[in-house]
Amino acid sequence: MAAVLVVLVLLGGWQAYCEAGGIDPIILPSPTDIATSLWDDRALLWSQFLVTAEEMVLGLAAAAVIGVLLAVVLHVSPLLRRALYPLLIGSQTVPIPILAPLLVVWLGYGLGPKILIVALVCFFPIVVPTLDALDGAPPAQGRVLRTLGASRWQRLRYAEAPGALPGLLTGAKLSVAVAAIAAVLAEQSGSSEGLGHLIAQAIPQLDTARAWAAVVVLSAFAILLFAALAVVERRFVPWSHRSRGSHP
Amino acid sequence: MTTRTTAPTATPWEASEADGTVTLTGVSRTFPGTRRGPAVLALDDVTLQATAGETVAVVGPSGCGKSTLLDLVCGLQAPDAGTVVAAPAALMPQHDLLLPWAGALDNAALPLRLAGASRAQARAAAHPLFVELGLADFERTRPDALSGGMRQRVAVLRTLLAGRPVLCLDEPFGALDALTRDDARVWLQQALSRAPRTVLLVTHDMEEAVVLADRVIVLSPRPGRVVADVRIDLPRPRRAVDPEVAALRARLLEAMR
Repeated sequence: MAAVLVVLVLLGGWQAYCEAGGIDPIILPSPTDIATSLWDDRALLWSQFLVTAEEMVLGLAAAAVIGVLLAVVLHVSPLLRRALYPLLIGSQTVPIPILAPLLVVWLGYGLGPKILIVALVCFFPIVVPTLDALDGAPPAQGRVLRTLGASRWQRLRYAEAPGALPGLLTGAKLSVAVAAIAAVLAEQSGSSEGLGHLIAQAIPQLDTARAWAAVVVLSAFAILLFAALAVVERRFVPWSHRSRGSHP
Repeated sequence: MTTRTTAPTATPWEASEADGTVTLTGVSRTFPGTRRGPAVLALDDVTLQATAGETVAVVGPSGCGKSTLLDLVCGLQAPDAGTVVAAPAALMPQHDLLLPWAGALDNAALPLRLAGASRAQARAAAHPLFVELGLADFERTRPDALSGGMRQRVAVLRTLLAGRPVLCLDEPFGALDALTRDDARVWLQQALSRAPRTVLLVTHDMEEAVVLADRVIVLSPRPGRVVADVRIDLPRPRRAVDPEVAALRARLLEAMR
């Protein structure tokens, strides 16, 4: 409810700013212009959205698999942590426009390079909180489980991994927020479809309202994914919610 | 609380056949100094023995190396000097450390799963004992919704189900209020009489030691050394309010001075 109110106030201010002639509509279209474009271009937006959504969802799924595997490997092996962690941080500093042409050369104009770029951008926010959560298991719990007969693998499976689920979900939420940006940048660097491509086409055609309409669609999808993760969290890690409630 | 006593059968909480003797000979343990503090001698030339099936309480002030002693028996640390000979031991600390996402029955049955049982097998095997400890109807309840006393019952059952011949209890009821603690001591004695074990109980509470133990060993303040070794020959189950218990506790506390 509060979020709706904030959005309405922001939209009202934006509309007033544009109507007062404060800015050229080619630079910043008014909310009503964007709404009109959303409606008029709905078929185009929808078809391009499906392309981008597929890239985001598959890229996020790949990021989740890679992120969880890396977190577990770095958690279990101090040697690999020392060897790989700096490299992972380094991988996050390579700008997508530098990387994208290379991937296009290797993998073509299809879905492949986009999924790879989304995964590359999104795995890191999954690795860090998941790794921290795995490391955060109480040491005393590990000692007790050892005396109950647990192997290293069993301690991971029965204690550390379930305990790291809240961290994984935090990471997944962060990833969802950046997945849209990653997909758009990937499409702008070599693609013939998708909302990123649509934005790249609309700007030089001075159809800024259409570009903004594409941004609205992307935002709505990211919020939807985020909300879906919140539902997953309430369903699968209810203990962390309850303990947060009882120990404010 | 009353516990139904059924005819003893081969239940999963019977210990394995291994001899449950625990022997420490001339054991010392020093924690090396760090940038933040000097080296600490936690245990100094400690010699003690617990024979199979005996409950031995180790009593001493905070910081006398009691928990270190249990770590040594459980094989979680190695001594710097002396030898530790012990059958496989299961540790139960003051804080239950149950898995917060698992129901009470799954928590209790965890050692069976670790030993390779399926979830269904582990639940089925643990359930009769779960009921026996007065936990019926709380099978699916998560630890945060259980009372402190019930959590400790689940933790004790989990420790017993590991099937190890030695139990190491580290201040097991230290986090409970006095009434719940009294109750907990009664059911622990009953559970142990059903499923005999060698028990090493570490506590700073002399009353707990006298109520639960066959023998009380008193450690000095750091570094821990054995300063008294007293056999307790009172009938069971004992309660803290029994006059003999109170008298013995007073005598032992006097001896500690």
